[in-house]
Amino acid sequence: MSHYKLDARRMLCPMPVIKTQNKVKELAEGDILDVICTDPGALSDIPAWARINGHKVIANREIDDELIITVRVGG
Amino acid sequence: MTKKHKAVALISGGLDSLLAVRVLQEQGIEVEGINFYTGFCVEGHTHAIRNHDKDKQKRNNALWSAEQLGIKLHIVDVIEEYKDVLLNPKHGYGANMNPCLDCKIFMVSKAVEWVKENRKNDFDFIITGEVIGQRPMSQRKETMPIISNESGADDILLRPLCAKNLPPTKPELEGWVDREKLYGFSGRNRKPQMALAKQFGFTDYASPAGGCCFLTDKNYSDKLVDLWDARGSREYEMDDIMLLKVGRHLRPKPAFKLIIARDAGESKYLEGYRKQFVTIQVTSHNGPLTMVDGEIKAEDYDLVAGIVARYGQGRDAEQVEVEIAVPGEEKQTLHIKPLSAEQVSVEWHV
Repeated sequence: MSHYKLDARRMLCPMPVIKTQNKVKELAEGDILDVICTDPGALSDIPAWARINGHKVIANREIDDELIITVRVGG
Repeated sequence: MTKKHKAVALISGGLDSLLAVRVLQEQGIEVEGINFYTGFCVEGHTHAIRNHDKDKQKRNNALWSAEQLGIKLHIVDVIEEYKDVLLNPKHGYGANMNPCLDCKIFMVSKAVEWVKENRKNDFDFIITGEVIGQRPMSQRKETMPIISNESGADDILLRPLCAKNLPPTKPELEGWVDREKLYGFSGRNRKPQMALAKQFGFTDYASPAGGCCFLTDKNYSDKLVDLWDARGSREYEMDDIMLLKVGRHLRPKPAFKLIIARDAGESKYLEGYRKQFVTIQVTSHNGPLTMVDGEIKAEDYDLVAGIVARYGQGRDAEQVEVEIAVPGEEKQTLHIKPLSAEQVSVEWHV
């Protein structure tokens, strides 16, 4: 299992979702991806995208106006 | 064993594509969704930049539709490729800068391409939520075969909501889909779709007045044309099209325009552009952050400071303090009387 980071700051949805989707395609099941974003819409969109595509958001946190959404590939 | 047939559906996030998928799911067809992001798509989040929209539920309607339907959704960034559709539409524009027919052909052709690239997933056909007569430019009886032919989809493009008004397609002729269980909707009346949504138990679906694209919006299109005219070129970048959705746009001189935030949410959004653009902020009173798009000269500073001050809480003051920040330079502070409402020419409003 590896841990990755994705910078999706200043992007408006759905771009953080598209970036997450494309990055996840390169990862293996069980890998962890931290998506760093600034659009609060990502808080609902990335979990929705994960639910319908078989992945899981395992944590959300906000640090200095930045959101870090942690996705586990493959649920 | 009978093969289970698979379709890929163009999902806009609106009611029609939601229904089109469910109609086929009722016939046992396995469906996955595809959604193309052009940069001009109307998304709740770009509206949500503004404060007054913050209470609205933030969601991406295409993802919401997919979740309601229990299908996978593939979102594809087509921003770069879409430029040619917008700049050179073979079939022209609609009432504004909306190249709806070329856009639909482009999206169906991208779906055809995607099906070929994902051959291992074995998709048999493509579906859309199109309804004859629903949209004045792209969804007419005459345009349906144009879309099928020019996209390269030909007879594997099925429109479940209006199929009975069109010649049978391959999925119907081959018996993969029962044509009798498809629909013959036509016209702008949404009642049949709303009744079907009720039958399927869908509530809270999206129904944006102008459809799913900012290019159908007159104000947005006017700002886009102004941008092109001012630059003498029809090129655009992602930041350009995002910024057209934000703020009040005033062009007091041909060489530049001001993007004045309308509330704290937009000010916060524009903060992200401080390193790239000249910004103006009233510092003695509360006021909006303003961004300058274009080439501004020092001799114009008094004018723009006076305009920006007009939109802050110090608008009636004798004098306000205004800070002008040029990236990489020392900030400049001006003391200026705000312009009166009459002095802000209506001609400047884009």
